[in-house]
Amino acid sequence: MSATFIAPNPPAGPAGTRLRSRPWARFAVRRLRRLLISLWVLVTVSFAMIHLIPGDPVRGALGPTAPAELVEAQRHALGLDDPIVVQYLHYLKGLATGDLGTSLVSRLPVADVVAQRLPATLVLAVLAFLVAVAVAVPLGVVTGVLTRRGHGRRTELAFTTTSIIVATIPDFLLGVALVYVFGIELGWLPVAGNDTAPAYVLPVFSLAIGPAVILARIIRVEMVGVLEADFVRTARAKRLPARTIYAGHALPNAVTAALTVGGLLLSALVAGTVLVENVFAWPGLGSTIVRSILTKDYPVVQAIVLVYGVGVLITNLAVDVALALLDPRSKIRED
Amino acid sequence: MQGRWTRVVRTPLGLTATVLVVAVVALAVLGPVLWGSGAGAVDTDAILAPPSAEHLAGTDNLGRDILLRVLVATRLSIVLALLAITIAVVCGLVLGSAPFVLGRRSGRLLAAGVNIAVAFPGLLLALFFAVVFGVGATGAVLAIGLAGAPAFARLTQTLVAGVVARDYVAAAQAMGIGRLRILVRHVLPNIAEPLVVNATIGAGSALLSFTGLSFLGLGVQSPSYDWGRLLYDGIATIYVNAAAALVPGAAVLLAGLAFNLFGESVAKGLGVPAGIGLGAVVPGRRAVPVDAPAPAGRTAAADRPSDVVLDVRDLEVTVPGPAGPVRPVRGVSFDVRRGEAIGIVGESGSGKSMTALAITRLLAGRGRVDAARLEFLGQDLLAPDTAVRRRTLGTTLAMVFQDPMTAFNPTRRIGAQLAEVATHHQGMTRRAAAARAVDRLAAVRIPDAPARVRQYPHEFSGGMRQRAMIGMGLMGSPALIVADEPTTALDVTVQQQVLDLLTAIRRADDVALVLISHDVTVVGEVCDRILVMYAGRIVEDLPAADLVTAARHPYTRALVDAVPDMTTDLAEPLATIPGRPVDPADVPRGCAYADRCPLAGARCRAEDPPLVAGPDGPPGHRVACWHAGEPLPAPAGRDYDELVESP
Repeated sequence: MSATFIAPNPPAGPAGTRLRSRPWARFAVRRLRRLLISLWVLVTVSFAMIHLIPGDPVRGALGPTAPAELVEAQRHALGLDDPIVVQYLHYLKGLATGDLGTSLVSRLPVADVVAQRLPATLVLAVLAFLVAVAVAVPLGVVTGVLTRRGHGRRTELAFTTTSIIVATIPDFLLGVALVYVFGIELGWLPVAGNDTAPAYVLPVFSLAIGPAVILARIIRVEMVGVLEADFVRTARAKRLPARTIYAGHALPNAVTAALTVGGLLLSALVAGTVLVENVFAWPGLGSTIVRSILTKDYPVVQAIVLVYGVGVLITNLAVDVALALLDPRSKIRED
Repeated sequence: MQGRWTRVVRTPLGLTATVLVVAVVALAVLGPVLWGSGAGAVDTDAILAPPSAEHLAGTDNLGRDILLRVLVATRLSIVLALLAITIAVVCGLVLGSAPFVLGRRSGRLLAAGVNIAVAFPGLLLALFFAVVFGVGATGAVLAIGLAGAPAFARLTQTLVAGVVARDYVAAAQAMGIGRLRILVRHVLPNIAEPLVVNATIGAGSALLSFTGLSFLGLGVQSPSYDWGRLLYDGIATIYVNAAAALVPGAAVLLAGLAFNLFGESVAKGLGVPAGIGLGAVVPGRRAVPVDAPAPAGRTAAADRPSDVVLDVRDLEVTVPGPAGPVRPVRGVSFDVRRGEAIGIVGESGSGKSMTALAITRLLAGRGRVDAARLEFLGQDLLAPDTAVRRRTLGTTLAMVFQDPMTAFNPTRRIGAQLAEVATHHQGMTRRAAAARAVDRLAAVRIPDAPARVRQYPHEFSGGMRQRAMIGMGLMGSPALIVADEPTTALDVTVQQQVLDLLTAIRRADDVALVLISHDVTVVGEVCDRILVMYAGRIVEDLPAADLVTAARHPYTRALVDAVPDMTTDLAEPLATIPGRPVDPADVPRGCAYADRCPLAGARCRAEDPPLVAGPDGPPGHRVACWHAGEPLPAPAGRDYDELVESP
């Protein structure tokens, strides 16, 4: 497709070249700095969570009737009787060594709980993202071409109206509707768990449809704009076949803007798994965190919030890198 | 202000949304009053009953009517959502405007914090705060409110930054008025409107988020109930009574949609003037007429000299306009021979660029091209596009566009964009095509071509890009280069380089050139023959050598006179052509130039003069004027108003 026969510049050049002259190196340094700051904020906030809870979180967790010595023992187990700086350092050290503490309810190491639950959530999010992109890109490109300037006013109106309405439906409500139609009325697909391949269909689609439609809208608008651009006329002047013009020249330029919004959608999708997992009894982090919030199992909640946060940060980083690869100008741009 | 808001309500979407919002609010006020007792009534005989005439949406596990409970739950759901959005807006406003009040350093820190928080999805923040504030309605309101704050803070920051840049704020600051006072007096009133609009949209989202938390069991707790709580209970019994989950779900969706649409239509109504885009819709027109051009073209082909590269007869371009079709090109005929350089000059709007796009078949789909004949190297360009024709055109017809800044694809390397021609049309391997791209860039005098092919367009200067564009045309072996204002967007210093390059290519390889320009001097310097266009027609076709001395059309002579030269008195205002160019949508009868022409008479306003060789003029010189060659009166003494007046 977009044939680049020249190898991309290596991120690190030979010694002696100045950093300023190498956009990739500057981009990497700037982006890494932002990632580290965000990560530090995230870790600190997740640490602070238990301390922000008004009153005594342990008393709150165990209930007013719990004996005082049990509360005291629990406080000690959580390390809450140490000075706060010591607690913070302890927390950081734990993170560095993969020790996320112990669940107050199940007494299992939190790291084990996360390791056991993370794959299901990860698979769900990644599949939903792939489906969203696989739907959004062709839909956006095709509607963009159909509604380019001077064409398809009615198609445009129909598409815009439908997409606004579909995009407003929250994923969990869509999930409930899908459960009713395909699970109960038609009985075609399982509505709970992740044991079989068909069980993936409904959760993945409840998560994917909203972002897919929003993304398709953005790609359409971008395509309509890009198809008016001079370089598309140049591509036509080169008498390239239509599919090369649309896919090779117009799409990469439409996607760069879509990616920025796509990144936000993707991180929202990561969070959206929490609700959808609860609709479909999906054995992932989302159902675990809700149960842990209800049982006040703070170490587990803390760890899962951290995992989601890291997921969001990685997503944002991936989007920025993809942007830099697709649009050579974006890595020069300062924020 | 009032008028703008009523305009919002008058659009169909706006009206629907307004009605929905009013209905939801009315239900919130009246629901508990009307049905409060009915919703709480326990009917042990009808536990978990399916929908029936008595209970339209069935009953729950205590035999209470689902529909009544959904109606009653409107108040709690809406109140909680509004509380949450209020918290979000207030916190956002404080966080977002604080950088302005605090000044540079701490302001920047705060802004950076907001930027980090905004990167995290609202639901994640809401879960975090739900842990901190505890499970329940109060905790959930705080959680959703605070989770929404970063987005509003970001919005406020952007809006404040926009207002602060305005003069009156700078003036207030210069007068030494305190920042807090400026914020309250000058800034906040100016950002209130977009904030309110976004808060309305936000109310819909808050409602949906709140439902989400209650649905997870983290929001409203029994015995209170909102829509989310009903949904939570309903999904547990979805196999017994699906309506118990579907009805609250539908209620949430409808209310959320109402707020969203209301906000969106208000935003649209306030930002964009109503009624835009309601112009005439031209139904799907084919760019290429299906019926073939007149057979006369075929027979004439035999008598035509074989060195004709491009043959254009009676070319017309029609584009849809707001008041019916417009014809910016009205019957243009000319031919271009091998190695010949033709210049097309005229003011903007004269149809010269349209002609260029039409003869190269690059006019976008909304324009329609008709001609008695349009042939390039003997190929009929009016016939439908084929792969064979694309290959021929791709290798023998080169284009150079006006703005080299935008004519290259910004996301691809220059080399790849050149090589594409060779891989697609000449069957070259990527390696061979890449080598040819380097060779061609060197041919257009781009220094260090092997390194330059690896660069992106933004790393090239304007003049270099235009040369690269010409180099792209040389990837094949062009018989014709069509250059549409190739130097207009360039610095004066590099204009000459580009023109010299075009001339050199033409000389070296006998390539024909069609050069389109508004600049008579440029065209006169480069071209052999000049076509002067006015209002979509050629008004004069003359050898470039005759331009200054022997032009016969009053318009051509006016164009030449408008060019300052060494003898121009700089103290005098520069010569201009009085009146304005003809609007293509409203071309007058007769000669289109008559209204601006000092020689125009009654015949000019009645009959359009044909383009013919003058009886006493040289054979290569055609002119469309009833008064060709007559002496012009002195320019002074003519009144502007009289000139633009239509007959």
